[in-house]
Amino acid sequence: MSSAPLAVSIKGLSKRFERGDVLALDAIDLDVRPGEFVSLIGPSGCGKSTLLRIIGDLIQPSEGAAEVNGKSAHQARLDRDYGIVFQDAVLYDWRTVTRNISLPLEMAGWDRRRRDERIREMLELVELTGFEKHHPWQLSGGMQQRVSIARALSFSPALLLMDEPFGALDEMTRERLNNELLRIWNETGSTVVFVTHSIAESVFLSTRVAVMSARPGRIAGIVEVDLPQPRGPETREHPRFAEHITQVRRLLREGHADEAVEGETEVALYVAEEGL
Amino acid sequence: MLVVVCAVWEAYKWIGERAEIRWPFPVNERTMPHVYDMVGQLFEPSRRNGPLLIDVLLDAALFTAREAAVGFALGASVGFLLAVALSESRLLQRGFLPYIVASQTVPILAIAPMVVVWVNPRLPESLAGWGAVALISAYLTFFPVAINTLRGLQSADPRAVELLRSYAASRWAILRKLRVPASFPFLFSALKISAPAAVVGAIIGELPSSIQDGLAGAILNFNQYYSSSPPSLWATNIVAAGLGIAFFAVVALAERLLVRRAPENVA
Repeated sequence: MSSAPLAVSIKGLSKRFERGDVLALDAIDLDVRPGEFVSLIGPSGCGKSTLLRIIGDLIQPSEGAAEVNGKSAHQARLDRDYGIVFQDAVLYDWRTVTRNISLPLEMAGWDRRRRDERIREMLELVELTGFEKHHPWQLSGGMQQRVSIARALSFSPALLLMDEPFGALDEMTRERLNNELLRIWNETGSTVVFVTHSIAESVFLSTRVAVMSARPGRIAGIVEVDLPQPRGPETREHPRFAEHITQVRRLLREGHADEAVEGETEVALYVAEEGL
Repeated sequence: MLVVVCAVWEAYKWIGERAEIRWPFPVNERTMPHVYDMVGQLFEPSRRNGPLLIDVLLDAALFTAREAAVGFALGASVGFLLAVALSESRLLQRGFLPYIVASQTVPILAIAPMVVVWVNPRLPESLAGWGAVALISAYLTFFPVAINTLRGLQSADPRAVELLRSYAASRWAILRKLRVPASFPFLFSALKISAPAAVVGAIIGELPSSIQDGLAGAILNFNQYYSSSPPSLWATNIVAAGLGIAFFAVVALAERLLVRRAPENVA
């Protein structure tokens, strides 16, 4: 285990946006071991999506570096080491479900037969068999997001980056997709880095939750989530579930102690939203 | 719709003749012939013992259609390629775009004779005469296509671009798999504008080329005989308008076949 490279390794990473001279991320250190499910949680504007994009080599850090699978983030992107899922499904309107999932496989140069076979497997995995010929606008938000997950997993990347993937969905759909995501994570054995606003979601899904403070984004603390695997609806009733939620919430509040009141109310809102 | 237009025309004529309307023009058989006279004229001989007017006009329309179609295809291709080049290079866009816009402020009637004078002598036999006219059509076509396609190419969702980059897609692949398909609704809006414009361009181009075989020749001809036979010119206008509509319809049909979009995104 110790010989395998870390899935993600971040050392002394900062990001300053030139426009407005904003320090978005400050001295971030974070290691993610292969097979882990790590959530990044924090208030709006804490830079968690920025951090995710730096891991994906979609934007460049100002200082420090991110490594993926023991390689530079840049090399990892060129090697197609990760799949990414955004808050909106970002499906291509003019492609059917099948051809949306096929897109990364086309980029990777797979031939038609291999693509078709993999797409069939993926549709089974996200339980969308029968919707092959549908266009994105004919699907519900939850189904679109499942297509987007199938697309991200289609080329079997070792790492899955998810940027608030269920943020735009209603509570019931979100819980169902949480369960599905855990099942997929168990089946594929991939590593997940998951950005979220929701405390309950982060505790339910993760093996570890990295709590971030508001601008400049720092890691305020990491909560090891010690809940039995595999998890399911009963996990939410586990006594330690509430405990972990309190831990995360406390860290969020500490991260805000020296911040403007604005941020504080934001966190309060997220907590209220979840009715915990 | 067509029926409504004809009805309004006839109603205005009926009232105008009885009420002796003088403004903006006096209404009489000469200024506003009956619709059925215009249509009827199509099936009269064009001259004594000559072919029917409709045959003459359809021949002329076919001739003009060839110029317009070639010009449209040429202009659309040039416009599209130009948009791709401009979207891929900020420098080109800054340097070239003002000139492209300026090119359209030159009145087409002013440059049409020059294009004909410059280009015609260089054309091979098969293109002689009408080739220069096609160029004028192309000149009217390329502008809306270039401007709209440029917007379309830049309309791609930035996250969709990130997505392709996460697959290690090259610039070329991003262009081909994302930007070009994303530009199609814009491209087709432009093609729908420029298809009838290509027909107008062809007719205007025929005037200084003194080409007698196209619709412009027919328009000039019947304009001279307007006092003796007003419906002939009107009939020619109907055929010219029909040609423009036909061009539009072909583009609209192609769009329906090629562009699969959410219903609310179809222009």
